[in-house]
Amino acid sequence: MAQSLPSPAKAQRSADTRAWLIVSGVTVLWLIAYNSVKPLADWLTFALLGLAPGSRLGDAVAFFLYDVPKILLLLTGMIFAISTLRTFFSPERVRQTLGGKREGVGNVIGAGLGVLTPFCSCSAVPLFIGFVKAGVPLGVTFSFLIAAPMVDGVALALLLGLFGWQLAGLYLVAGMTIAIIAGLIIGRMNMERHVEDFVWEIRGGDGAVAEEKYTWTRRFDEAWEQVREIVGKVWPYVVIGIAIGAGIHGFVPEDALAGIMGKEAWWSVPAGVILGVPLYSNVAGVIPVVDALMAKGAAMGTMLAFMMSVVALSLPELIILRRVLKPRLIATFVAIVATGIILVGYLFNLVI
Amino acid sequence: MLNVKVLGSGCANCKRLEQRVQKVLADHGLEGEVEKVTDYGEMMRWNILKTPGLVVNDVLVASGRIPNEDEIAGWLAK
Repeated sequence: MAQSLPSPAKAQRSADTRAWLIVSGVTVLWLIAYNSVKPLADWLTFALLGLAPGSRLGDAVAFFLYDVPKILLLLTGMIFAISTLRTFFSPERVRQTLGGKREGVGNVIGAGLGVLTPFCSCSAVPLFIGFVKAGVPLGVTFSFLIAAPMVDGVALALLLGLFGWQLAGLYLVAGMTIAIIAGLIIGRMNMERHVEDFVWEIRGGDGAVAEEKYTWTRRFDEAWEQVREIVGKVWPYVVIGIAIGAGIHGFVPEDALAGIMGKEAWWSVPAGVILGVPLYSNVAGVIPVVDALMAKGAAMGTMLAFMMSVVALSLPELIILRRVLKPRLIATFVAIVATGIILVGYLFNLVI
Repeated sequence: MLNVKVLGSGCANCKRLEQRVQKVLADHGLEGEVEKVTDYGEMMRWNILKTPGLVVNDVLVASGRIPNEDEIAGWLAK
């Protein structure tokens, strides 16, 4: 009796082992599926449908049949991996970590944690109040709030799948840099009085819910729940986006867009940022189109700025934040982030 | 009688949580009132960082996720 584990712990351990086995098995299946997408798509297009390789329609159809399953598989895998990783981070712990931090280091940590902490825009207000009330500096709070939607899992998964890890990495670095610098500037501007007064008057309760112990089974369960929720929500956009992309891919001539979306068209960067604001939450449909546009001569910096605007400057989130921020602070926030995105756009157009 | 509060601004997750609570109450034949708290000042009495929050008889039991029916039943049965 003494040497054996108490039975609940034992049961949990075997449940965790089983969960790991299932996840490993599914990973193997995932890899097999991922590697058979390309040959399968080619076979469907050219052998089964009898389209000629190199023809416009053939190219468009092959592109569509290859990209849809590839991107959906990547989304599923990436969201699962990211969500599992995120179960190790909670906003409660982030708040503790950031509470005593000074600006500077605080902004860097804030932006980093913004990427890693699960967070949805409906929680933006309680999170904001909770951070500010706990003594997290305003600028550090903003670094967190800017980084969280900007470097989002769906965007990263699509960039990785369509453009490769170099561009996904660049996007990550650029997004975090904007979050850090924007937070630093907002912190310097001493805008505390432009936070709605009721925020400072709230008398917080004594404590948040005690954190339950996470088991691997629960981490995987929650990650899977996330996959179902996110992929279930975005897949139609992915399909539509890839369909439009496939059309562009097959039917728009090379370099047709260089004149309006290329490096020489300086105005296309701010135009892309403005266009991105109303396209919030459709990043899943936007990225495949961007991919196709770039193949036809659109400049990378311009497209990067456009994508960042889609995720970071969203109308509904601004409306939600308006509950806690006065118009001056909202306007400042939008202006700084938009400027940052435009600068990133020009920088990439200049360098690459 | 049980008093259950769902904290949240009315987003999809808050509505799902409320429906689930109603279902658990009905399934277990429990009597209770379910309140929706949408005011941020009121919500922050429980110091939550993520919505939805679930409060049973004035005690916060979960936040930032939608617990499953068994969990909810456990809290309501206490």
